[in-house]
Amino acid sequence: MATTSSTFVRQDMLAQQPAPLGISGPSHWFRTRLFATPKDTVLTILALALLVYVIPGMINWLFIDAVWTGSDRTACATVIQGGILPDGQSGACWAFVEAKFQQFMFGRYPADERWRPILVAVLFVILLVPMLIPKVPHKGWNALALFIILPFISFFLLIGGFGLSHVETQLWGGLMVTLILSFFGITVSLPLGIILALGRRSQMPVIKTLCVVFIEIIRGIPLVTVLFMASVMLPLFLPDGWTFDKLLRALIGVSIFASAYMAEVIRGGLQAIPKGQFEGADSLGLTYWQKTRLIILPQAIKLVIPSIVNTFIGLFKDTSLVSIIGMFDLLGIVTLNQSDANWSTPVTPVTGYIFAGFIFWLFCFGMSRYSAFMERHLDTGHRH
Amino acid sequence: MAGMALNSETSDTRKRASSLINDPKVRGIFYQVLTLALLVLFVWTVTQNTINNLQKANIASGFGFLQGRAGFDIGQSLIAYTSDSTYGRALLVGILNTLQVAVLGIITASIIGFIVGIARLSQNWLIAKLAQVYVEFFRNIPPLLVILFWYKGVIAVLPQARESLNLPFQSYLNNRGLFVPKPIFGDGVWAIAVAFLIGIVATVFVARWAKKRQRLTGKPFHTVWTGLALIIGLPILTFMALGAPITFDFPVAGRFNLTGGSVLGPEFISLYLALSFYTASFIAEIVRSGIKAVPKGQTEAANALGLRSNAITRLIILPQALRIIIPPLTSQYLNLTKNSSLAVACGFADIYAIGGTMLNQTGQAVEIVALFLVIYLSISITTAIFMNWFNAKMALVER
Repeated sequence: MATTSSTFVRQDMLAQQPAPLGISGPSHWFRTRLFATPKDTVLTILALALLVYVIPGMINWLFIDAVWTGSDRTACATVIQGGILPDGQSGACWAFVEAKFQQFMFGRYPADERWRPILVAVLFVILLVPMLIPKVPHKGWNALALFIILPFISFFLLIGGFGLSHVETQLWGGLMVTLILSFFGITVSLPLGIILALGRRSQMPVIKTLCVVFIEIIRGIPLVTVLFMASVMLPLFLPDGWTFDKLLRALIGVSIFASAYMAEVIRGGLQAIPKGQFEGADSLGLTYWQKTRLIILPQAIKLVIPSIVNTFIGLFKDTSLVSIIGMFDLLGIVTLNQSDANWSTPVTPVTGYIFAGFIFWLFCFGMSRYSAFMERHLDTGHRH
Repeated sequence: MAGMALNSETSDTRKRASSLINDPKVRGIFYQVLTLALLVLFVWTVTQNTINNLQKANIASGFGFLQGRAGFDIGQSLIAYTSDSTYGRALLVGILNTLQVAVLGIITASIIGFIVGIARLSQNWLIAKLAQVYVEFFRNIPPLLVILFWYKGVIAVLPQARESLNLPFQSYLNNRGLFVPKPIFGDGVWAIAVAFLIGIVATVFVARWAKKRQRLTGKPFHTVWTGLALIIGLPILTFMALGAPITFDFPVAGRFNLTGGSVLGPEFISLYLALSFYTASFIAEIVRSGIKAVPKGQTEAANALGLRSNAITRLIILPQALRIIIPPLTSQYLNLTKNSSLAVACGFADIYAIGGTMLNQTGQAVEIVALFLVIYLSISITTAIFMNWFNAKMALVER
């Protein structure tokens, strides 16, 4: 056996090495995910220091030093501020939220009639839950009940008629108005957005131009300006003697604004449909509306569901802007109640905003989680 | 015979007529004419109603009111303004204020957003989680709530002027705002500005030369450090040479209030902080998805070439990620600018707030809405044009 001696071939055995350290388990996780490099170690220690600095104080303020019961401002104010708390103590004033909870939910809706919005909310949840669960059948009837029938019933339930006493929209407020505005905006903006998007892709120059101008103008200006126009210009546009309800003006403003954004989202979906789908539908002899309804839109909308939900989330957050034109949605009513002399303490505004923020956050976070779930559910694996 | 001929003729015309109805071109024209007619009718009715309503309210139309005396005060203004100034000047103050808060907000939001976005991709579990909490928190609450939180919840309950919080550089923070030293420019300050400009121009030339040299010889050059030295060093040298012509007017704590220095009002601070933090959460998501969209093979190939991790990020990942990031980033910048109109909630004098005051005083609804449209649309279009230019510059140049 001929032996070659190349310099690059090892001649002797390597010394035995210790067994490798575990590549699983907590210690490995700590080593790779927290203390991988000196830089990581420094960052981890800094982040821990930040958490240790912030979290105990926050928990103290929010829960331990917080005031949970009380009937007026003395419960939440310190001795110097004219209350009963020892000086120097500061904590959230949950008693304020407790005392005003009914207002935060219903605004100034008469107390005896509050079963009406509660009934609407129950109906809404009963219809919404099966709509959201993909396995429940009869989605068409469900949608009809939720988006067409329920709004009519709710309208009469909330405003009165058929033996119920009349409640002016001036008295509506709180979370109720936030939800009404968002639901109405969502229900109107989706079909309107689809029509605008189709119009923007239309072959007819007049219709195309109109849609482009409308979409681009609305997208170029802030929502407060649109609401301002709705509340100042609409009365000017109408013949003498006609008046518009304030809530209706806000509804129109919010819907117009949301539909312009929705149109752009839908257009993105339409553009992503391969040309062959249009041609295939044409060659089957389908009319424009059949083609759009049966072939194009189902695919286009499925593609952009995450963006549609994002637009809904944006719309939900944007409804808080109606407080600028003098309506009392959740944020508006929280701000309004802070000027109540019975409850004015340094901690009242912060507590109120934390409460409102938590409610808004809960709804938006829920929507975004649901959209992530739908994205996974609808992902049929047809990737290009 | 004659009857038959007549018959076939009518069926022909009928056929022609029915094909005319079914012709998509003819139908298209019909629909468009119909739409136009409806639109004209709508606009005409609306105009008639508006003219009637305005006549009834005795409001003269036209933009002449812009020359009138404004008669209201504005808290924070970049240009000289008193209540004796005209409405036109008040509007200009509003535009400048909007632009100021938008530009500062965009810069801050971009910095926070890029840091948080990169942190979300960190290998370090704690850092990634913290960044995620930040994003999920701010993305899901209304910006207006953030503004009010700062304005009514935090800044309003800060200590009074007497017990101001002391900050570095002799700045003070209290419930009337942030008091910072105000620079007072002496003679020859223009020379510093000139030195700054020279620094920028010189840096551009150095960068071009370095790029050319690297292409020819492969030798890299520390453009960034040289550029920084030129842009920062030259003005500082001029500053020294001129004998320090800039002095500072420091705020001094008096008995009840602070005097001197310049003040950033609570309205500006709340709006600026809220817009920056809120928009940063969206920018962070854009940055994260942009970086994640760069295929893993790019990093691996760069590793195989022996590039260091810094160089991989700077030369391989970022240029490709930026292409994906820029278009959505543009719309976030526009959103921030539009959201600055929420200033009205905390009383910061932006376009919308000043326009609203003008409307209350003059009643010129149509003109003021028209001004809003023109101003906001021109800001949007200018930003869009600039970002499109930048996008085209960064876009992939294909053969």
